[in-house]
Amino acid sequence: METLQVIWYILIGVLLLGYSILDGFDLGIGVLFPFLAKDETEKRVLLNAIGPFWDGNEVWILTGGGALFAAFPKTYATVFSGFYLALMLVLFALIFRAVSFEFRAHSESGRAFWEWSFIIGSFLPALLYGVALGNVVYGVPLKVINGNIEYAGNFFTLLRPYPLLIGIFGLVMFTMHGATYAALKSEGDLYHRSRKIVLSTWWAFLVLGLLTFIATAFLIPGSLTRFLAWIAAIVAWLGWYLVRSYTIKGMDAAAFYASSLAITGLWGIIGAIHFPNLVRAINDPTLSLTIYNSSSSKLTLSVMLIIALIGMPLVILYTAYIYKWFKGKVRLEEGGY
Amino acid sequence: MDATLLSRIQFGVAAGFHFLFPPTTLGLSLNILILETLYLKRGDEIYRKLSDFLIKILALVFVLGTATGITLEFSFGTNWANYSRVVGDIFGAPLAAEGVFAFFLESMFLGVLVFGRKRVSKKLFWWSSFFVFFGSHLSGLWIIIANSWMQTPAGYKMEGGVAKLTNFFQAAVNHSTVERYLHTIAGGWITGSMLILAIASYYLLKKIHLEEAKVLLQKAFTVFAIVAVLQLFLGHFHSVEVAKYQPEKMAAFEALWQTQEGAPLALFGIPDTSQQKTHLYIGIPKLLSWLIYFDPNAKVKGLNEFPRDEWPYVTGPFISYHLMIIFGLWFIVLALWGWFLGRRKTENKLFLKLLLWSVPLPYLANTFGWMAAEIGRQPWAVYKIIKTKDAASVVVPAGQVAFTLLVFVVIYTLFFFVGLHFLKKIVQKGPAGELTGY
Repeated sequence: METLQVIWYILIGVLLLGYSILDGFDLGIGVLFPFLAKDETEKRVLLNAIGPFWDGNEVWILTGGGALFAAFPKTYATVFSGFYLALMLVLFALIFRAVSFEFRAHSESGRAFWEWSFIIGSFLPALLYGVALGNVVYGVPLKVINGNIEYAGNFFTLLRPYPLLIGIFGLVMFTMHGATYAALKSEGDLYHRSRKIVLSTWWAFLVLGLLTFIATAFLIPGSLTRFLAWIAAIVAWLGWYLVRSYTIKGMDAAAFYASSLAITGLWGIIGAIHFPNLVRAINDPTLSLTIYNSSSSKLTLSVMLIIALIGMPLVILYTAYIYKWFKGKVRLEEGGY
Repeated sequence: MDATLLSRIQFGVAAGFHFLFPPTTLGLSLNILILETLYLKRGDEIYRKLSDFLIKILALVFVLGTATGITLEFSFGTNWANYSRVVGDIFGAPLAAEGVFAFFLESMFLGVLVFGRKRVSKKLFWWSSFFVFFGSHLSGLWIIIANSWMQTPAGYKMEGGVAKLTNFFQAAVNHSTVERYLHTIAGGWITGSMLILAIASYYLLKKIHLEEAKVLLQKAFTVFAIVAVLQLFLGHFHSVEVAKYQPEKMAAFEALWQTQEGAPLALFGIPDTSQQKTHLYIGIPKLLSWLIYFDPNAKVKGLNEFPRDEWPYVTGPFISYHLMIIFGLWFIVLALWGWFLGRRKTENKLFLKLLLWSVPLPYLANTFGWMAAEIGRQPWAVYKIIKTKDAASVVVPAGQVAFTLLVFVVIYTLFFFVGLHFLKKIVQKGPAGELTGY
C-alpha cells in the first residue's frame, strides 16, 4: 500500500513535470508575446509554432488534476475548495486562453482583445501555479471541520512572500523555456529577439533561483537534509547552465532540452523536500495532508497504475511522433505552418 | 441563497453550456472520418475540400469544448469537495483515465488535422482523422462511465461513510453505462450530422457551392437518417433500464403518482406535485407497461412506493423527457421523408428549409435529455449514496460562488455569441481554399 502511495506521489509529479515542460513553453510564449512579436507575420509565426500542440499540452494538467482526484481525493477536495477564488482565477484565464487562438484567427475587429486574452491567459497561470505550489510546500493553515481537514485561511493567506517568490520564479522559468522554444521555431529578427530574451531571463533565473534556495533553506524545516534534493539541484543547475552555452553556440534544440532539464531538476527538488506531504499544515504538523492519510484505496491505486502503465507510454510515443512531423522552423507560406 | 444552491446553479450552467460542444464533436468527427475514407479510396479532391471545411468547424467547436470542460473537472473539487471525499475512490479514476486514454489522443491528432495536411502523408492524415474520431468517442465513454456510476452505482462498498471500490469492471460497466453511452453517442451523431445538413441546405437554398453542398447533404443525410431511426430503439432500451434501476425516476418522467397495472404512456399533462395529480392528462392506456415489460398489464411502480423525501422533482423531468422524445420523433419524420425523396431531396425547397430550421433541435433534445436524467436523479448526487445537499464544499462562502457564477454567465454568454458569429463566418466562406492554421 505504501509503495503504491509513493508511486502515485511520483506519477503525479511526472504529470506536472510533463505539463511544465510541454505547456510550459507555450505559456512562456504567451507571456513573451507582446515583447517578441513586432508585426502580424511574427505573431502568426509564434501562434503557429505552438498551434498544433498547445491543446494536447494542456491535457497534461487535466490528467494531473484527474490523477490527483483519483489517487488523493481528500487533498484534491481540500485544496480545490480552499483555494476557491485563486483557482477560479486560473480557470478563467485558461478558459479565455483556450479559445483565444481560434477566436483571434477568425476575428478582425476583435483581434487585439483575443490577443490579450492569450497574453493574460498565459501570464496568470504561469505566475499562479508557482504561488499555489509555494503555498502547499510552505504550508497553509488547516483545521478539522466535521471530521475533514479543511483550509482555514482566506484568499490573502495565499499571497504571502514565500509563495509569491515561488510564483515569480515559476514565471521566469516558463518565460525562459518559452524563449528557447521561440528561438527553435523562428528565423530572422524574431529569432534574434528570442535568443536575447533567453539570455536575459537566464540571469533572472539565477537570481530567483538563489533567492528561492535561501528562502527554502530557512523556511522549510529539514529541506537541506534531503539527499535527493541535492541531486536534483545539481540537475537543475546543470540544465540552467547549459541553456546559456547552447544558446550562444546557436544549438537551439539543445538549449530547449537543457531548459527542460532545469525544469526537471526543480520538480525533483520540490518532490524531495515535500515528501511525503501533499499539503503542509503550518499551524499544526499533525493536520498535514500526506500521501498516507489522504489516498484512495489500494484497489483504486492499483487499477489507476495499470491504466497509467498502459496509457502513458502510448501518449509519450505518439506525442513524440507528432512533434517530429512538425519539426523545423515555422514558414507561413507552407500551408499555415 | 445558500452556497449549495448556487453551486448547483453554477454546475448546471457550466455542464449545460459544455454539453453543446462534445455531441457536435462526436458527429463531426464521424463525418470527417467518412469523408477522409472516401478521399483516401477515391482520391477525389471534393472530399478533401469538404473534410477541410468540417475540420475548420471542428477546431472551433473543440476548443470551446475544452475550455468549458476544464471547468467541470475543477468544480468537483472547488464546489463539491464533500462529494469528492465520499466518492473520490471511484469517481476520480474515470476522469483520469479519460485524460490518459482519450483526451490526449483527440487533442494531439486534432492538431495534425488542422495543421498537417501538407506535412504528413495521405495515409497518416487518414489515421489522424481516425484517432480524432476514436479519441472523442472514447472520451465520451469515460465521462458516461462516471455519470452512469452516479445514476446506478455498482462495484463498491460503504466503509465509514465513504464509498470504496470493490470491483473496477462492475463500477465502470454498471447497469446504465451501455444504454446511456449508445443513446448519448447516437445523440451526438444526430447533432453533428444535422449541423452539416443545415449548412448544406443553406448553400442549396442560396444556390452557392452547389456541387459541394450536394455531396455534403447526401453523405451526412445517410448518417443522420440511419441514426435517427436507430435512436428510437436506443432511447427505448435506455428508458427500460431507467424503469428497472431508477424506478422513481421513470415514475417522475411519466408522472405516475400511484403504482398501476397496465400503466399508460403520458402524451401531455401538467404535473402538480403538491396535489399529486396531473392536470389535462392525456395518455395511451397500458402502453407504458407494454414498453417496459412487453406486457400490457404489467405493474409499474409509482411515486407512492418511495419515501417522500427521496422523490425526484416531477414537473421538470416530465416536461424535458417528453420534449426530447418529440424532437426525436421529428428527426425520424425528416429521415423518412428524405429517404422517400431520394436524390430529389437536394431540390425540394420545403425539405431543405426544414433541415435548416431544425438545426437547434438536436441541441435542445440533448439538453432536455440531460436535464431529465440529472434533475430526475435528485435529491441524490450519487443514487442512494450521497445527497446533493451533503455534497458541497463547506469552506466556500455563498458570496464567492455567487461571484464566480456571475463571471461564468458573462463569459459563456460572450463565448456563445462570438462562437456563433465565427461559425457563421466559416460557413459564409464556404468549402473553399485550404486549412491555413492560425
